[in-house]
Amino acid sequence: MTRITIDPITRLEGHGKIDIFLDDHGDVADCFFIVPELRGFEAFCVGRPVEEMPRITSRICGVCSEAHHLAAAKACDDVYHLEIPSAAKKLRELLYSAFFAGDHATHFFILAGPDFVIGPDAPPAERNILGMIHKLGIDVANTVIGARAAAHEIVKILGGKSVHMVTSIPGGVTKGLDEEERQQVVAHAEQLIEFGKFTVGILNDVVLANPAYLELILSDPYTNRFHSMGTVDSDNRVNFYDGMVRVVDVDGAEIVKYHPRDYLDHVEEHVEPWTYLKFPYLKRKGWHGFEDGSESGLYRATPLARLNAADGMATPLAQAEYERFYETLTGDKTGKTPVHQTLATHWARVVELVYAAERTLELATDDEITSTDLRVLATEIPTEGVGSVEAPRGTLTHHYVTDERGILQRVNLIVGTTNNHGPISMSIKKAAQGVIKRGVEVTEGVLNRIEMAFRAYDPCFACATHSVPGEMPLVVRVRAPDGTILAEAGR
Amino acid sequence: MTTLAKTKPKLALYWAASCGGCEIAVHDIKEKILDVDAAFEIVFWPVAVDFKVKDVEALEDGEIDLCLFNGAIRNSDNEYMAGLLRRKAKILVAFGSCACDGCIPALSNTTSRAATFDWVYRDSPSTVNPDDVRPQEETEVPVGTLRLPTFWERVCTLGQVVDVDYFVPGCPPQAHQIWAVLEAVIDILEHGKPLPPRGSVLGAGDRTCCDECPRTREEKKISRFVRPHEIIADPTKCLLDQGIVCMGPATRSGCGALCVSVGMPCRGCYGPAPNSKDQGTKMISALASVIDSNDPDEIDRILGGIVDPVGTFYRFSMASATPAGLSRLAGRDREALQERTS
Repeated sequence: MTRITIDPITRLEGHGKIDIFLDDHGDVADCFFIVPELRGFEAFCVGRPVEEMPRITSRICGVCSEAHHLAAAKACDDVYHLEIPSAAKKLRELLYSAFFAGDHATHFFILAGPDFVIGPDAPPAERNILGMIHKLGIDVANTVIGARAAAHEIVKILGGKSVHMVTSIPGGVTKGLDEEERQQVVAHAEQLIEFGKFTVGILNDVVLANPAYLELILSDPYTNRFHSMGTVDSDNRVNFYDGMVRVVDVDGAEIVKYHPRDYLDHVEEHVEPWTYLKFPYLKRKGWHGFEDGSESGLYRATPLARLNAADGMATPLAQAEYERFYETLTGDKTGKTPVHQTLATHWARVVELVYAAERTLELATDDEITSTDLRVLATEIPTEGVGSVEAPRGTLTHHYVTDERGILQRVNLIVGTTNNHGPISMSIKKAAQGVIKRGVEVTEGVLNRIEMAFRAYDPCFACATHSVPGEMPLVVRVRAPDGTILAEAGR
Repeated sequence: MTTLAKTKPKLALYWAASCGGCEIAVHDIKEKILDVDAAFEIVFWPVAVDFKVKDVEALEDGEIDLCLFNGAIRNSDNEYMAGLLRRKAKILVAFGSCACDGCIPALSNTTSRAATFDWVYRDSPSTVNPDDVRPQEETEVPVGTLRLPTFWERVCTLGQVVDVDYFVPGCPPQAHQIWAVLEAVIDILEHGKPLPPRGSVLGAGDRTCCDECPRTREEKKISRFVRPHEIIADPTKCLLDQGIVCMGPATRSGCGALCVSVGMPCRGCYGPAPNSKDQGTKMISALASVIDSNDPDEIDRILGGIVDPVGTFYRFSMASATPAGLSRLAGRDREALQERTS
């Protein structure tokens, strides 16, 4: 037995590791994706005042701090049995939509884009954002920087800070929009919509127009059949801020649609001794180990899963792109047949980016958005509450139990990336089995093709393990059973 | 980064136990990042550039001119990287609240690793674990042995494990302050100007958050504390005057009073105020001057309105707080450290 350790120590510094075991023929015998960290927010938040949770849990992740801030704020509202003013809800969703557009832009252009624009087997020195700028031109760089800045500016106007926003508290928000600010937000939102169209153009020209990439996306090593989870509005369309959690099976049939408050009736978590991160699964299906398919309990909660779990998008450009997505990949533009190709997640992310931009403008031009009715005060005894949003990387759930003073007694969190832990593990294993074959040299390009299997998930190890998402440069060491390094490839 | 002049000073950026917010904050300097690229040879920056630890290990000691290090230290991997970058860097900067004072992750020092594990792997309501399986440092599987690192019992600051030259506070440091620091360093390196005194706090003010606050302070006496969600605060008046605990008086200036400007009290992310090492004791003395009583029982009652004094006064500085410092272990007594964390 030969062990290949893929340890992204240079990028994630011990926060994520892949152990691949080869049999005597050089084929993959088994593969483990190991998450070696735990930060323990659930334990150290006990004893804290619940209203501080939006500002404490945002520090779970500086990349998607808005998701934790808002899930926490919604859980606080629930703890105090508060219905927040309509304008406050719209302001939170406005900020969140802008954040979503910026976050998806970051992943598509900076993290994942180089694999397609530069190429999966290109030299790593070129396969990065700088190589992208070189290839696509400085105008593209300025467009991407400009769009991210526009999204961050909206977050700062409404949240007070562009990283670790502060304005949501139990009962609403402390910061509204005046007319001058609203006009700024509208201008930024219009820029984001143009950016969404621009991104669709890049996707078409660079990825979909290349038969080799389409073949790669549709290939078996990058395909696993999992159930799909996502939050939907009352018309079963994708929503990031609020709604019911819907789960469809591998064939697209609805398994369940539940209120986030009932998550414990539907999701359980399994513990393995070789990783610090737990494995969520559907309670009614049960834990059957690392198996996909209709009987498995494993589900995905990703941009791809959200599209699969919904019947469509709530805005026109995004709906058109949704239909093109399913027409191309399944031949049925209604989206009733789920897509299971992991790499198609990148395209689904672009559909969501377009929706986020359109939703930002929709809310910024809502008559109520400059209302000053932003808060209600608590009058009831705090007890227990659940808050949920769709984080860019999956359904995020915060569950708090407090004493009668609103001091936390118990905290349970199921974060975006964690939902996908089982599927990520299986996708990595299948990709490894697909690209590592007896007699085939393990080159840097081979390693990158394994990386691409998890990169599609945009895994946020800041959330799941409190490291940082990013393009993991891999160091693969092929070791003899005695530990001697036989070969090393990396970048 | 591809057309490097060999004479350029070398820059490294690294994160340890962090949330990634410091990295996003660096990106928030936007197009000025190109100026940084022009001024420095970037030899290590995992979020943007594909250099590896072994590339850093291969550098001469002191070959890196400037290293900005964010994140706290909570396992041996973090400690290894702190030591490595200390050796390789002429100037090592603790960048951001985690590296400076422990930040939110150091609230973990109020509980124990055992309590954390019991909750996460056994008691949390979504966990189904009838055999009480716990993550193990070594697990035998049919194909071999899988290994996990050990975690320390405590979260430490960078300065508790290695010598630090400068401190840049903030959660995260604000973009204009990051640029101010980088611009100053470029000036020093290009024009041979003297470095600031070792141990200086850079990228922040030398007063308190209150000095930047746009609200009107009348130093009113308080007979009762309220929590932020319990009142609709007056938007122009000092939050502390209105009875909301605001860490402004105990917190270094530099952020631009962002939180108080949007209706939320300061929680102290820019760290202890100048001439104060312990944010909590500074805050207690600030509160003592505004409490409207001389009667010890009445003072107790008023202070009792602060529901989580430790978690509030030390929200961002638990790792560097004096009570933690009294039992400071990291970097001073390696054996004791390992004993406590194994």
